[in-house]
Amino acid sequence: MRVVALGATRGMGRSLTRLMAERGDRLFLLGRDPEELAKAARDLEIRAGNDLQIGSAHCDLEDPDGFTGALDRAAATLGGLDGVIVTAGIFATQEALEQDPAAARRLLEVDFVRTVEFCEEARRRLLTGGGGTLCVFSSVAGERGRKPVVLYGAAKAGLTRYLEGLDHKFRGQGLVTVCVKPGFVRTGMTAGLSAPPFAGEPDAVARQVLSAIDRGTPVIYVPGAWRWIMLMIRSLPRAVMRRVGF
Amino acid sequence: MAFLGNTVRGWGGTQAAGREIRSEDLPAITRGASLTRGLGRSYGDSSLPAPDVSSIPGSALANRILSFDAGAGVLRAEAGLTIGEIQRLFLPRKWSFPVLPGTQFVTLGGAVAADIHGKNHHVDGTIGSHVRALTLRTADDSVVESSREENEDIFRATLGGMGLTGHVLEVEVALKRIPSPWIWAESERVPNLDEFIRSLAEAARDWPYTVGWMDALAQGGDLGRGILMRGRWAEPAEAPVHPPRPKPRVTVPFRLPGWTLNSFSMRAFNALYFRRHPNRTKRGIVHPESFFHPLDAVRHWNRVYGRRGFTQHQCVLPETESPGATRRYLEALARGRLGSFLCVIKDCGPEGEGLLSFPRPGISIAVDLPMRSRTQEIIDELNERVLAEGGRIYLAKDALSRREHFQAMEGRLDAFRIIRKRWDPAGRLKSAQSVRLLGDPV
Repeated sequence: MRVVALGATRGMGRSLTRLMAERGDRLFLLGRDPEELAKAARDLEIRAGNDLQIGSAHCDLEDPDGFTGALDRAAATLGGLDGVIVTAGIFATQEALEQDPAAARRLLEVDFVRTVEFCEEARRRLLTGGGGTLCVFSSVAGERGRKPVVLYGAAKAGLTRYLEGLDHKFRGQGLVTVCVKPGFVRTGMTAGLSAPPFAGEPDAVARQVLSAIDRGTPVIYVPGAWRWIMLMIRSLPRAVMRRVGF
Repeated sequence: MAFLGNTVRGWGGTQAAGREIRSEDLPAITRGASLTRGLGRSYGDSSLPAPDVSSIPGSALANRILSFDAGAGVLRAEAGLTIGEIQRLFLPRKWSFPVLPGTQFVTLGGAVAADIHGKNHHVDGTIGSHVRALTLRTADDSVVESSREENEDIFRATLGGMGLTGHVLEVEVALKRIPSPWIWAESERVPNLDEFIRSLAEAARDWPYTVGWMDALAQGGDLGRGILMRGRWAEPAEAPVHPPRPKPRVTVPFRLPGWTLNSFSMRAFNALYFRRHPNRTKRGIVHPESFFHPLDAVRHWNRVYGRRGFTQHQCVLPETESPGATRRYLEALARGRLGSFLCVIKDCGPEGEGLLSFPRPGISIAVDLPMRSRTQEIIDELNERVLAEGGRIYLAKDALSRREHFQAMEGRLDAFRIIRKRWDPAGRLKSAQSVRLLGDPV
């Protein structure tokens, strides 16, 4: 597979690209920080151990004008694209966002508007090339309006619906959409938060996601237990959701 | 939903209030911190924050490989990379981590902090002798390169320094060239202690990897009976052509009730383990994980000790005459009547260059002890024994030793303190263990 990954220098994206590099997939990395991109590429090259070079280019979700150029470079380097993975995104606690409207706007823009814009660019390219896989990390936070993730959850809910729509409209034309809904996963993004039960580790999550990519599973909860936790939370009446802390 | 995560635990169950903060960005989370932990596989309080510290950075996500020289086998990586990951990636390329401890779930940073040893200590020394360079965040928050050529004092103090000299950010280590990724192993029953010490010494002459498992509950003429294991990397002609696949693991799903391990069940297990081994030498090709890390096959095996947990007493004793120090130690252990599920015996080679590095010439014995009301008393008695024999204990296993015992055993402590004072005059770096054993102020 020839795959471009946005935001894979850390967290679940890092784990996922490692699995792909080790099995021989060809990768191109997009991200904000050139030094981090270079280190991530080097790490993947050594792990793959197959003498293939891994390219990278600057791409920032806050700078949509750069999307086309970044994907151009990726496609040119890889000689085409079979997959696009988006793990980039930002997180902040609800308290922090409520106190800082600028941060709230930035989060809503990055996690919804810009991510969708990037996916649109990726969709057009994949469809032009005859199809491919678009794997995007949304969140279980988008499943229900919940007190600790009102704003973050709203952005992710929008993203989830967008990906669902893509799946319905374009799967017949060869665009396979994989919407990943992580529950709590112990990465740098969640550092400092209290881990709830069923918290996942990025490496284990990456194995599940890779299998979803290979099978073309449209929606996957990681770790798997979150599927049932969210089923329960979705079915709670409003009166209960107003009272509980989650 | 009950939220957890406000306690930090050692492998044996010793705990401290505090929260572990893990991030891919180790330089960021170590800024201003008093101690970094890896995977928390040290048994006692080595990786626990001091009582006046509420959070502790964890290195496990900072695990990038930064460079690898495929000709010389020199690997540079962030401190959270684990030995298991290195083996998984590099064994098929015929490179091995040079020193393999009993578990592969050890980060590079943890390996350096404890200056770990393995079954090849008699020939290859501790990991410190294979480490080329360390990048450290020191107490004044600067980032410092150290090696035998540059800042040599902090380099030596950090090998075995239990994280008390600086936060290990990056490690450069030379891997070992191997003929194949499989192990040729032999094992045989040994009837008693004298025979054990003799056969370890004999095996050490021809074999790079030797270790013994001992039935610490056998008495009288059976004292010190057990199974001796020796091994070497297999030659390509005798090894399977495919590289070893990661072993499947079973999990202990929850903490077993405290009575599961009692002196009866442990005695039965030990006797069974001894008798299950045929009365002849077993030989053959084995998976490297089974040889080096047999307990890793069971995830969370520490849960068999129940809520109260366990500790380990590992010491190295100069063994000069027969019957010698090891026999007196085992007799002291038997007087404690607490029972030990597992006792590992290994002869050590010369002392390493790490200032507080554990191994020294002699016999290393490690005994697991369940935490009971008498455990403290037994540890005290064992430490009296170690002191009398001129031995020392391994800090990575320790939860209960008393400050006066440790300081009396450790003649190198003043040299360590001078270097610590030089690099950390304000005494910012500390752990729960350093408060307990070194008397660091809280």
